[in-house]
Amino acid sequence: MLSDSERKAIEAELPLYERRRSLCIEALKIVQEHRGWVSDEAVADIAEFLGMGADEVDSVATFYNRIHRHETGRHVIYLCDSVSCWIMGCDRARERLRETLGIDFGETTPDGRFTLLPIACLGACDRAPALMVGDELYGPVDPAKAEEPLGKHP
Amino acid sequence: MNRRPLTALIHPGEPPPDLKAYEAAGGYAAVRAALRDLQPADVIDRVKQAGLRGRGGAGFQTAMKWSFVPQGDDAPRRKYLVCNADEMEPGTFKDRYLMEGNPHQLIEGMILAAYAIGAEVAYIFLRDEYPLCAKRLRAAVAEARAAGHLGKDIHGSGFHLDIHLHISAGRYICGEETALLNALEGKRAVPRAKPPFPPVAGLWGKPTIVNNVETLCFVPHILRHGADWFRGLGKGSDGGTKLYGASGRVRRPGIWELPMGTTMREIIEDRAGGMLDGYRLRGVIPGGASTDFLVPEEHMDLPMDFESVQKAGSRLGTGTMILLDDKTCTVGMLRNLQLFFSRESCGWCTPCRDGIPWIEKTLAAIEAGDGREEDIDLLHTHTRLLGPGRTFCAFAPGAMAPLQSALRYFEDDFRRHITEQRCPYTNGR
Ligand SMILES: Cc1cc2nc3c(=O)[nH]c(=O)nc-3n(C[C@H](O)[C@H](O)[C@H](O)COP(=O)(O)O)c2cc1C
Ligand code: SF4
Ligand code: FES
Repeated sequence: MLSDSERKAIEAELPLYERRRSLCIEALKIVQEHRGWVSDEAVADIAEFLGMGADEVDSVATFYNRIHRHETGRHVIYLCDSVSCWIMGCDRARERLRETLGIDFGETTPDGRFTLLPIACLGACDRAPALMVGDELYGPVDPAKAEEPLGKHP
Repeated sequence: MNRRPLTALIHPGEPPPDLKAYEAAGGYAAVRAALRDLQPADVIDRVKQAGLRGRGGAGFQTAMKWSFVPQGDDAPRRKYLVCNADEMEPGTFKDRYLMEGNPHQLIEGMILAAYAIGAEVAYIFLRDEYPLCAKRLRAAVAEARAAGHLGKDIHGSGFHLDIHLHISAGRYICGEETALLNALEGKRAVPRAKPPFPPVAGLWGKPTIVNNVETLCFVPHILRHGADWFRGLGKGSDGGTKLYGASGRVRRPGIWELPMGTTMREIIEDRAGGMLDGYRLRGVIPGGASTDFLVPEEHMDLPMDFESVQKAGSRLGTGTMILLDDKTCTVGMLRNLQLFFSRESCGWCTPCRDGIPWIEKTLAAIEAGDGREEDIDLLHTHTRLLGPGRTFCAFAPGAMAPLQSALRYFEDDFRRHITEQRCPYTNGR
């Protein structure tokens, strides 16, 4: 079941759209904000609330890079691996993060602090290589010290 | 008069102008004047006189698109305006600059566009990775509403408009306008079959105009200063200015508002400061990942406007260039681009869903020194199989653009990998 605060947050968006099911993405994001990620149970809860099939909700959930259908760490590091950042050394930044955190793309540190994921161009190509931790943008990051910004995210 | 209308009030690193500052600089004057003195058709006409072309990549005539919206008593009453702020094309960072730097300018442009087409509800479709844009747009919409620029009966004109911010969840195909409409409706965001085109049947089946951020930002300036002024800003046949950008190994990567038709040389040498010491320029992707390479030997003095770039075999696209230097491996760069496209393909049609991963793997093999002579033919074949008209949307042809042009300009690079069975650029990165 959706919690009261989840339901309220989703319903607040209802007047913005012509149909209830248009709230699907909002709902997924709100639930992810509350629960950290989107489990099978969460998909079923949203489907029931919006009057959609669970498969339909899942086909939307799995479509998006920023909806997580797996449990993630407290902070998600999104390392841009698109072309300008690649030219400027994002592969070396990835390697450095692997050395210092012990995780590669798709993995979470054993203490549950960080998950590392690749992301498409962050629109910060003039600051390449760039990465985001949660909603915080960093760039240009020195690939040899790519872990530096992480200190701000305990 | 101002030669940099879009960016005059933008000072990166500082907060954007609030309502008061924006109005003090002449902001919202165009809205007041248009709602008082102009019919919607007059607004379309002024934009037509100016010759404004869409800045989302295709360069479509904005006024013509607006005129496709059915009007009159027989037309659906509900119509929608959508601002495409999904900016995810690798190498592109211009719309972020406009939204973070001057959100009121976009809102004013949207009010005028909505008035022109008769839309009473508008959406900004913003990508999820731009939280600062979201924050600033929300604040600006609230200010505009409080000042009576949005809401019911705006300035006593009888025209109503609400602007809603929709924040996506990260997927490149959502930038394609029909996929975007499906995304807004809460569906899996695959593109729609066309026709019908969105101006006739779009969001929830109603007439819908989708315009890029930069396109909409021009509208207030055109209404304030006129079509002749706008045309005079450009250097060639296309009027206005353009946000040009450069990234890669240049001294000063960044974004600049310059006359439409500024040459590649001026952008790279004067604005971006040329290449970093020790690097030579070899190729330029002129307007985001899905445009064809140009090369300095032939195109340094090319005016970067829609027509000239097209004649040179590429597209102006988003106008933000990605620079290939002599220490970066072309095959590696292409592999990186195709990895992006293979991840972001929506999977709807087979050539794109299956073809692009195959291309990516082939390029990875060549890069690793495992390529074979036949691979080059295979790549050529794929650029044809995934070319225009072969797939459900323009995504796949876009993915092929940098590949087909790289095979033309940098064929030697591909061949060297294969004959030497290794990557010749080991020290590049
Ligand atoms: C795969 C794909 C991605 C696109 N992404 C964007 C985008 O992020 N922003 C944008 O304005 N247009 C994008 N477009 C172009 C839009 O479909 C549409 O043409 C544009 O928003 C129209 O705006 P304009 O007429 O103001 O240029 C994309 C097109 C394709 C095929
Ligand atoms: S070309 Fe690619 S992105 Fe476009 S509909 Fe087909 S699979 Fe989807
Ligand atoms: S390519 Fe990394 S921010 Fe654009």
